Amino acid sequence: MDSVAQRLSVVGSGSALELRGVTRLFGALAALTDVTITVRPGERRAVLGSNGAGKTTLFNCITGDFPPSSGTIRFFGEDVTHYPPYERIRRGLRRTYQISALFPGLTVQDNVYLACRGVSRGRFSFLRPGQNDALMHAADGLVQAVHLAAVKDQRVAELAHGQQRQLEIALALAGAPRFVLFDEPAAGLSPTERAELVEILTSLPAHIGYIIIEHDMDVALRVVESVTMMHNGRIFKEGLPEEIQSDPEVQELYLGGGHE
Amino acid sequence: MSVTHDARIQVHKPATAAHRPSVRGWPDVNNPAAWIVAAILLIMPLIANGFFLIEIFATTLILGTIALSLMLLAGYGGMVSLMQLTIAGFCAYMVAVFGTSDNANISLGWPWWLAVPMALTLATVFGTLGGALAVRTEGIYTIMITLAIGAAFYYFTNQNWAIFNGHTGINNVATPHFWGVNWRADIPFYYLVLAVAALCYFAVDYVSRAPFGLALQGVRDNPRRMAALGFNVNAHRVAAYALASFIAGLAGVLQVWNYRQISPGSVSVGACIDILIIAVVGGITRPIGPYIGALVFVLLRTFALDFLVKIGLDGNRFRLLIGLGFLAIVFWSSDGVIGLWQRWRQSQRPQTDRPSGRGGHG
Repeated sequence: MDSVAQRLSVVGSGSALELRGVTRLFGALAALTDVTITVRPGERRAVLGSNGAGKTTLFNCITGDFPPSSGTIRFFGEDVTHYPPYERIRRGLRRTYQISALFPGLTVQDNVYLACRGVSRGRFSFLRPGQNDALMHAADGLVQAVHLAAVKDQRVAELAHGQQRQLEIALALAGAPRFVLFDEPAAGLSPTERAELVEILTSLPAHIGYIIIEHDMDVALRVVESVTMMHNGRIFKEGLPEEIQSDPEVQELYLGGGHE
Repeated sequence: MSVTHDARIQVHKPATAAHRPSVRGWPDVNNPAAWIVAAILLIMPLIANGFFLIEIFATTLILGTIALSLMLLAGYGGMVSLMQLTIAGFCAYMVAVFGTSDNANISLGWPWWLAVPMALTLATVFGTLGGALAVRTEGIYTIMITLAIGAAFYYFTNQNWAIFNGHTGINNVATPHFWGVNWRADIPFYYLVLAVAALCYFAVDYVSRAPFGLALQGVRDNPRRMAALGFNVNAHRVAAYALASFIAGLAGVLQVWNYRQISPGSVSVGACIDILIIAVVGGITRPIGPYIGALVFVLLRTFALDFLVKIGLDGNRFRLLIGLGFLAIVFWSSDGVIGLWQRWRQSQRPQTDRPSGRGGHG
């Protein structure tokens, strides 16, 4: 994977994300047990696993939606374990949600504008954005990038499911993201929309790494260079996409043997 | 400058900046009805006598402004606060305490231009502290905490004689005279109230489209996602309480000047709930709603008694009429009178003409 090595050499060494012994308990239930993962800057990784494997809980721990019960999380070297979510986001972490988490009462444009405003100054500004507001332009650009320009003044509640999924992605790309967590971005998308999604993901700037949770192998394995398998809240296997795909244990557990 | 933006998005420069003003500008500038209402309000002293001017319209504008502060919190922020009247009442008390009244033991005798800023500051601090408590809770618990603050303040004013003068309250509060005008005379007072109400109305309307107001609506729709976009959700909520407290405080100043006295009866739990009724009856989706609700409430409160007596019922049952009206409106239109109005307007329009307003949610 020369191109990958080349791309990664651009963004330097160190780790983008480093989890050490992360455990998350819900009462007596351990949703994550002793998870240790290191992701390099710019690396793109898929997290696979059956329902209940702990994939979304892993995301919630990384973003701080649910803080881990024990263990540490470092983001570009900085210990963010006890930071509230917004502090992590302001440092360049982003995420999307498996079930669209949007603002149904606001327009598409306002949704994206809020995302741009959230990671810049003036969150409490009482002044309306003017004609040449830089963030408004940035929001326009993001709306176009996810093909929603035609519906930008519609309330989000009126959008189709596929459009809401695209807006989810736009919200995660606002500002200057350094690392993005995509939680099943292809869920419920048509084949055409899936192709668009793959195009959006593969054309992200090289320095933006991500972890993607995705059940659709056609999507997942085309947009990542490494794979982590999870099972029952633990890391089960890590490796290159080909290795994971051909691993007999993994096939038995998850891919169901017959998958090519 | 965003790197994402650099890398792939710059190809498309904003194509639609030209039609943005219609979306982001003042909402009602193109609405002839708004101009007619504004004109009528301005020439009201020519039409109405002193009773209507003060008892109906000034009272409506004052109550409407208190309810506007609730609309800001509930409509944009999703936080139902029952302490807005308490904050207004607290500010009214502070005007009486720092200003001049017939109770020289309590009132400090400051001129109004010192007493009013002091009262507004203290009311804003009071409301912000209450808000800081309330934002730690959600939904019904927010209502309970703010109601508890309101009830506690009512009983405290009843029992505290050193500052609040117990159940007697503070009477004959001085009203401002400057530029050779007695600002409590009917016509100047009406214009004063109108100016403050208009200022608050336009400020809330303006802020709703500014980053702060948009973020507040984001917090209402999905607080968890707002945190995942980099917003400190609780700080935003507390800031909303601060702004709402200042607005309620302004109305409180006008209220104490209107009645020239303030007593625990003005900050009772019943009065707190009246503000909720006013906001809900008018509609909490837009800033005009509370004023419509206040007009309905004041008209009913003033004339229902005569009406009931006329049809042979006990006049003291006027609250029954208000309650029935409240029930009817909540039953048929969850977004109040303005919701009814919007649906009627939409039904008069061709289908392609989309409503520009934010409809009901949740």
